[in-house]
Amino acid sequence: MTNTARDNILAKLNAAAPSKSFDASDFNVLKEKQLSAEERIRKYKEVTTAVNTQVFDLDRADWTQKLEEILVQKGVRHMLYGPSSHLGRNLEENWQNKDAALVPYNKAMEECKDILFDIDAAITSTLGAVAETGSVILWPTKEEPRLLSLTPPIHIAVVEADKFYTTFYEAIETNQWAANMPTNALLISGPSKTADIEQELCYGVHGPKELIVLIIHD
Amino acid sequence: MGIVNGKNFKGRVSEALKDQELRGNFRKAMDGLMTKRAAQFEDVDEWTRLRALGESIKKRALSKLPELLVQLEENLTKNGIKVHWAENVDQANEIILGILQSHDVKTVVKGKSMVSEEMELNHFLEPHGIKALEADLGEYIVQMAEEMPSHIIMPAIHMNKGQIAKLFEDKLPGTPYTEDAAKLTEIARKELRREFAEAGAGLSGVNFAVAETGTLCLVENEGNGRMVTTVPPVHIAVTGIEKVVENLSDVPALLSLLTRSATGQPITTYFNMISSPRKKGEKDGPEEVHLVLLDNGRSDVYRDAETRDTLQCIRCGACMNHCPVYTRVGGHAYGGVYPGPIGKILTPQLEGLDNYPEHPSASTLCNACVEICPVKIPIAKMLVRLRDENAGNCPHGEHPVKGRGSKSSAVEHASWKGWKAMNANPTTYKVATKAMSKMGNLMPSSLPMLSEWTSVRSKPKFASQTLHDLVKKMDVKDD
Repeated sequence: MTNTARDNILAKLNAAAPSKSFDASDFNVLKEKQLSAEERIRKYKEVTTAVNTQVFDLDRADWTQKLEEILVQKGVRHMLYGPSSHLGRNLEENWQNKDAALVPYNKAMEECKDILFDIDAAITSTLGAVAETGSVILWPTKEEPRLLSLTPPIHIAVVEADKFYTTFYEAIETNQWAANMPTNALLISGPSKTADIEQELCYGVHGPKELIVLIIHD
Repeated sequence: MGIVNGKNFKGRVSEALKDQELRGNFRKAMDGLMTKRAAQFEDVDEWTRLRALGESIKKRALSKLPELLVQLEENLTKNGIKVHWAENVDQANEIILGILQSHDVKTVVKGKSMVSEEMELNHFLEPHGIKALEADLGEYIVQMAEEMPSHIIMPAIHMNKGQIAKLFEDKLPGTPYTEDAAKLTEIARKELRREFAEAGAGLSGVNFAVAETGTLCLVENEGNGRMVTTVPPVHIAVTGIEKVVENLSDVPALLSLLTRSATGQPITTYFNMISSPRKKGEKDGPEEVHLVLLDNGRSDVYRDAETRDTLQCIRCGACMNHCPVYTRVGGHAYGGVYPGPIGKILTPQLEGLDNYPEHPSASTLCNACVEICPVKIPIAKMLVRLRDENAGNCPHGEHPVKGRGSKSSAVEHASWKGWKAMNANPTTYKVATKAMSKMGNLMPSSLPMLSEWTSVRSKPKFASQTLHDLVKKMDVKDD
């Protein structure tokens, strides 16, 4: 059935395909958008805090300590992380907090669903951030799986200060994403939200209720 | 044919117009959406150029649609995603049923997908013992109310808090009545998290399918789209064949136009790009990903250079948000899956003008939808074309729209023929205009065709003298 369907659909489309070819699109309206490094971070903060993201500027030297303070303030007792990632090793080396325990995400999802759906918070690294839309770029890996940024009510995303792009288009083009797309890539712009009930904005409908972005400066 | 169907459109419109609560709900929502969208496109130069880019990307993709679909299939297959083709909704439903049955799935959790509404998938699966649970909050609400979505972006926009509170109280055991939107959202979160964790499969739509990379892109705010495409062991995506774009670099412009036009957001919370099932060593994500490519009349729409523009639609819903008709009658009045201006051109083309005969006329041709469309679909021009086809005329090449001539009327044809004959001959014109100036006002409003006109307008009043007579009396020279 499906092969016939494929052939029939393609035959109809091929018979009708226009002879006119279209010129390459003019992307200048996106290319012309250029901000300085400082402006990108400023713009990113402006856009993302408008949708309830909490942003902290931290120094590389003591960022894990500052994170521990944030977690204590929020009453986080357990934080999920990817232990074999660069970020995970960094956390393990520097973690001193007795109140917030690090919980490794090191098994297949099926073996730890109860933890994934019942933990206070999780932390991930990012590929950078997009200023124009206030988005962090996530590129989940074997070391940092997808659900870290989805099931816990608090998601903490770490962005290096030199990895801010002006536009999504710039991020794609600069890093040649098309040559190497991962299983799943994401732009995340704030905590989960909905306005389905009489247009009233509510956060945390299915994904994290809070998004905390840590910008790490050298 | 659609879930409700296009017949009795006028009856549903009359009911909707009498419903003050419904009209209030829509008025409030649409006013807010228009304001938010306008704020996003304050820079007119940027809007103009971005819109031209969006149109160019979609036109380019459509110009090579068959080629891009094959490329998409090749790359998805290379990435490990299984591709299925369906000519109609029956085939698409059977394909999905087959996948679900092969995994013994009892519950499928769904992200928002208008194509699955087009397929009436939930109803199809039910007798096979498979529960399809809508996970988008708006869809969850309308499913609970046993209704259809009334808007393609905000499915429950026709309901107010009181109505939703009552629904939750009635349908979810142990839920107290509350009009607090945050509390209602929290209740839905709790109800659905268990379902995400336990469902045998997840189903989603697709906003853009990238041929170059074999990537399925999903736009959403809630995280339910991510849940259904990550947690269950099987993910099935379903899309119309027109959603393919050529390159990954085409996506940012369309994404920007989509979210800003739809809800006035610079971007949605999640922009999800899926390129393969779980790879070896990865700890989460579905083991299997399928894509169902649905035609369902789209290749017919594609045949004609004029109607093909309909397939440029990126489903932002801005045309309905700005439509004076939609705002007053709401989405359910249309009786199809796609309401508002885009629905008025898309639905009759997919389902046949004979099934949706009133759609092309349910417009004032005010052009608001044309001015707002982020990919420049000439909706008003298409409405006129469909009206023409509806009347049985086909001056538009060799690809008439399905079900044309559904409003063809012998009386109307004869009347216009008479009108033409009268105006073409000076003597008959003179006699007829004189006759109308003497006796026209004696015509009863109940005459065929006149009755419909006078049901909402004043009856035309004929002057006692014709213009010709007046001009003659005034001794105006014909230079």
